[in-house]
Amino acid sequence: MPFQPIKFYQTGTFTVGNRLLNPDDRSVQSHQDRINSINSGHRACQGCGEALGARYALDAAMEATGSQLIAANATGCLEVFTTPYPETSWQIPWMHSLFGNAAAVATGIAAAMKVKGRSDVRVIAQGGDGGTTDIGFGCLSGMFERNDDVLYICYDNEAYMNTGVQRSSATPAAARTATTMPVGPNPGNVFGQGKFVPAIAMAHEIPYVATATVADLRDLEAKVKRAMEFRGARYIHILVPCPLGWGSASHDTIRIARLAHETGMFPVFEAEYGVQVSALPIREQLPVEEYLKPQKRFAHLFGAKPKLDMIAKIQERADRNIRKYGQAPQQEVV
Amino acid sequence: MLKQIEGSRAVAEAIAMCRPEVVCAYPISPQTHIVEALGESVKSGELANCEFINVESEFAAMSVAIGASAAGARSYTATASQGLLFMVEAVYNASGLGLPIVMTVANRAIGAPINIWNDHSDSLSQRDSGWMQLFAETNQEALDLHIQAFRLAEELSLPVMVCMDGFILTHAYERVDMPTQQQVDAYLPPYEPRQVLDPRAPVSIGAMVGPEAFMEVRYLAHAKQMQALERIPQLAAEFKQVFGRDTGGLTHTYRAEDAETIVVAMGSVLGTIKDTIDEMRDDGHKIGVLGITSYRPFPLAQVRAALQNTKRVVVLEKSLAVGIGGILSTDVRMALSGIQLHGYTVVAGLGGRAITRKSLHKLFREAEQDALQPLTFLDLDWNVVNKQLARERAGRRSGPAAENMLRDIGTVASKIA
Repeated sequence: MPFQPIKFYQTGTFTVGNRLLNPDDRSVQSHQDRINSINSGHRACQGCGEALGARYALDAAMEATGSQLIAANATGCLEVFTTPYPETSWQIPWMHSLFGNAAAVATGIAAAMKVKGRSDVRVIAQGGDGGTTDIGFGCLSGMFERNDDVLYICYDNEAYMNTGVQRSSATPAAARTATTMPVGPNPGNVFGQGKFVPAIAMAHEIPYVATATVADLRDLEAKVKRAMEFRGARYIHILVPCPLGWGSASHDTIRIARLAHETGMFPVFEAEYGVQVSALPIREQLPVEEYLKPQKRFAHLFGAKPKLDMIAKIQERADRNIRKYGQAPQQEVV
Repeated sequence: MLKQIEGSRAVAEAIAMCRPEVVCAYPISPQTHIVEALGESVKSGELANCEFINVESEFAAMSVAIGASAAGARSYTATASQGLLFMVEAVYNASGLGLPIVMTVANRAIGAPINIWNDHSDSLSQRDSGWMQLFAETNQEALDLHIQAFRLAEELSLPVMVCMDGFILTHAYERVDMPTQQQVDAYLPPYEPRQVLDPRAPVSIGAMVGPEAFMEVRYLAHAKQMQALERIPQLAAEFKQVFGRDTGGLTHTYRAEDAETIVVAMGSVLGTIKDTIDEMRDDGHKIGVLGITSYRPFPLAQVRAALQNTKRVVVLEKSLAVGIGGILSTDVRMALSGIQLHGYTVVAGLGGRAITRKSLHKLFREAEQDALQPLTFLDLDWNVVNKQLARERAGRRSGPAAENMLRDIGTVASKIA
């Protein structure tokens, strides 16, 4: 089939030119025989970023492994909205054990596959930010340290959404949650050190670490496929906006994910063996207000008396992210 | 083959003969020697086709075992005390999912105060977890019960704890009759899972279950343990055919035929009790023993049958249900419901307190005269307790209780005459 060099993004729009692509270059989702790892009919909220991210990630992993895939799942939204029986959405072998042990369960599955001579079967563990950065962190770090043959995917919506939007260690500074209410002299979540697990994963020097957002689904697919080229522990951290918890419009999920990237609020990059190897450049850096304003969890920063000092601190962090991960358009990452 | 060997090593050798496919290890005394030996066997290649995984916690150990078992691998781990408590959420999960994991519990006290020595508080805290619990009296029984445990677990798709007294058994060098690989292979077929994670036939395991089916799922676990009440004696009989030894079963009686007093106990203390009772029998006392091997499922009918014609029952247990008294004795009382006899709970040996024949002689004689309190704490040092109680009455800031009591007792060395 003849084709011309492709520009993914037409000027002024974000339309993915799937139809213009060579079939081999198209998204897994454009294939008629796509896997539908998570089938339609599940109970996720309208505009759920996690459902979208999980679907793209798992279908890409299924394609990369020739459908030889088993998934372990932490307790959380993804587990709840894709079950219960007999309405399971899972078209792949899937297991849920507990909130804090998805990484260890996946280790066990991978060990069983190895001992059974089925090393062609690959294993994914997945959880939300609570199950990953908080309660499951010990098991995750252990899996990394042993370099177990597992790809762990964290769907980060920056709070405990399944239990009603409580703060996690992935909740950003100033954000309102049910346990960090916008009251008192320092409304919203604290300005702490934060706990950016991709950097902690890199510190384990595991073969592959990547971050992604649901705004760049081809980038996400590519990273999942790249992860499947490695053996050993791998980690992908996907920012998945949650309309319910973030107080954003359900039709804005992808726009907000894109703003998270373009403001520098969420760095998008890849690393191999502890060293960063790529960054998704920001074409034109936008001020953090663009990202914060459409979300009710940050509403207390604006209004009649905007909290300019807090916004400035958030902007500082975004600027630092862009510098640290080399995402400015002119910067070349070596 | 007869062998003079440490209990932990004997158990490790027996487990290796059971051909485990995934072994997860996290160190906690007194179970460490078991997984150390298994780790060495895997690393040297002696135990082939087995993944040995050094995990970062007991919670991870059980979680790795859960994943491995759900993926069709014969899975084993060992723990004790705080380690068992640390993995509790996964312990319940393993049984709820119907995964036939076998775990050694090297029974040890639970803190605070921290204490590494033997009692049964750890595994008894998991009596309602859905795991079967088999208690070994000797090292021979400990290693034999592990072989039976894999068979039992896998037949019923339920996990089994094999409980052996920490240090008293795990660290004791005793003569054991080691089975051969051929014998174990003849007794224990390869694991054929009822449910398995396999891309060739995808299933969802561990989905959410609402009120419409939760009761039924839980009942099924109970029904399986009731099946185990039938299977455990059958598996012991089959074991005898292959290995030529009487091991396992639900309960065992000793010199109990015409006994007017029967002592009920679990684990290694049965040896001391039997020695004491031999001496008392020589003196004409009508006293016998009921040893309980299967604590879960609890053999109500067998316990009732063994005790219904006696005059009094002394349950001697290495556990304490704070606020009521006995744990094992509560179950024994249930077996005896409607039968009028004298029943005594004796809490003994907590945190490794030695249970001596001397103390047992005195205790059993008091029991025979019905001079025991319904709840007795064997060899409790009342001076130390009363002194601390007085201290607490005297003033608010009485300080940490355990440390006060230790100071009152003085160094252990000073007690040696």
